[in-house]
Amino acid sequence: MQNYSFDDTHIIDMPLEKVLTTDNLQVFYGDNHAMHDATLEFPRYRITALIGASGSGKSTYLRCLNRMNDRIATVKGKIMYRDTDINSQNINVYEVRKHISMVFQRPNPFAKSIRENITFALKRNGIKDKNELNKRVEESLKAAALWDEVKDELDKSALALSGGQAQRLCIARCVAMKPDILLLDEPASALDPISTAKIEETLQQLRKNYSIIIVTHNMQQASRIADYTAFFHMGHVLEFDETEKLFTNPQIKATEDYISGNFG
Amino acid sequence: MNSKTSNNIATGVIYVLVAAVIGILVFLLGYILWTGIPHISWHFLTSAAQSFRAGGGVRDQLFNSMYLLVLTLIISFPIALGSGIYLSEYAPNNWFTGLIRTAVEVLSSLPSVVVGLFGYLLFVIQFNMGCSILAGAIALTFFNLPLLTRSIEESLQDVSQLQREAGLSLGLSRWKTITGIVLPAAVPGILTGIILSAGRVFGEAAALIYTAGQSAPTVNYGDWNPVDPASFLNPLRPAETLAVHIWKLNTEGVTPDAAAISSGASAVLIVVILLFNLLARMLGNWMYKKMTATR
Ligand SMILES: Nc1ncnc2c1ncn2[C@@H]1O[C@H](COP(=O)(O)OP(=O)(O)O)[C@@H](O)[C@H]1O
Ligand SMILES: [Mg+2]
Repeated sequence: MQNYSFDDTHIIDMPLEKVLTTDNLQVFYGDNHAMHDATLEFPRYRITALIGASGSGKSTYLRCLNRMNDRIATVKGKIMYRDTDINSQNINVYEVRKHISMVFQRPNPFAKSIRENITFALKRNGIKDKNELNKRVEESLKAAALWDEVKDELDKSALALSGGQAQRLCIARCVAMKPDILLLDEPASALDPISTAKIEETLQQLRKNYSIIIVTHNMQQASRIADYTAFFHMGHVLEFDETEKLFTNPQIKATEDYISGNFG
Repeated sequence: MNSKTSNNIATGVIYVLVAAVIGILVFLLGYILWTGIPHISWHFLTSAAQSFRAGGGVRDQLFNSMYLLVLTLIISFPIALGSGIYLSEYAPNNWFTGLIRTAVEVLSSLPSVVVGLFGYLLFVIQFNMGCSILAGAIALTFFNLPLLTRSIEESLQDVSQLQREAGLSLGLSRWKTITGIVLPAAVPGILTGIILSAGRVFGEAAALIYTAGQSAPTVNYGDWNPVDPASFLNPLRPAETLAVHIWKLNTEGVTPDAAAISSGASAVLIVVILLFNLLARMLGNWMYKKMTATR
């Protein structure tokens, strides 16, 4: 692979309201320095895509944002959310994750009914009212564009859903918690094109009420749905710009090579 | 030799080996059932054993085996569940965990006679329990704990890491994730583990000879007060189990029909264990279906 300079970066200042920023974020897996100096600002009520080759550190970075790397990696630097550094020691990580929720690459519904997949975490967080629970189930399934397909079988096992449905259920499960930010790590990479399209449609809907950060290695997907895009390369963020600009007029050689397919 | 022939030979060898295993199994089971079942009757299952005369049954032994099993599970399941959860979910990967695993391993390879004699010296003699169901249950707990812990740990490990991440990412604590998501998903596996280990416990004799004892005093099945000496529920009475009874009949049985009773008792033992296994599978499947749908 060609050597690109890591000092050569193009990272714009976020002109919109910021929902989350990371300042000099570094991640170590033991001795493996997997993420160097990621400084990014994410806009509220927009979709930001993280792109880059496999192994470039996208998942590593994303998982820091709601502290899913606790116990797995050492994370240094600041993650500012509502004027608080949520990467500091004394933060209640469970509280953080109620505000910043994550959907994973492979659909991971619980071995419970569709309804309980959604209500389980709600109940554990103290929502006991039946009507409220039912309302949340319906709302979140609608938000995830799954309601019409499952409304008559809410009490059936979620394990019987197709991959695409299961993934939308996982999105619904997060949405039901009414978080601020949704993190998605290649949510469509295990799905067929039709399910992928549905997920993308869902995200477009959710964008009105949620700030979304999505990892994808599918550049078409990024250009279709994202307002802003960050390009990751070997543990560095090399470019961050409006999606349109980044794809049509990349400022960094590595980005240009990556999006034009001349990479490595 | 080309790869096709070598593949054929390997497949052939594997088939022969499998056939041998099945053959041995069928022969053993067949022999025990064939010689035993003719001796099983309602009378056999519901009357007390005779010391000298023919025509005795295995009622008390059968009950003792069941009761001992239940007590053993009551003692060992919570301990095994706790250690299984610890080993699977919390134990850091260090020398101490390694030590625990080795200890569990060693415990599981202890000969049951040794466990029995240990139980005898410590509980029966030292703690003055006398030969009793309780002493037997504790000895069997030693014997059962490693397997049960292991099977619970493995059932938990079998639950995908993705499930834990899903729980955590929704803001649930580790404990809530484990008890609410991982544990329920592991229930079918745990249940299977319990019932399989129950089969082993049910058939165990050596660990019980000196702990639960070799006598089956007549008890009152109408007396539900466990502290009453005559009650069938009294855990401090000696209690010969089915397996011990079979061992005794074959070593020092003096009834004229000792051989017949031993065959019958063996068949009962095997049938019960087979039932356990069947139950394990059915219950496991049923639980899984039940759990994955809203009740
Ligand atoms: N759990 C982990 N333990 C150790 N190293 C890891 C772990 N996860 C990722 N890595 C390493 O971190 C680097 C970035 O990986 P990752 O964030 O998964 O990349 P991406 O999501 O962009 O494909 C890789 O070198 C990978 O080997
Ligand atoms: Mg990844």
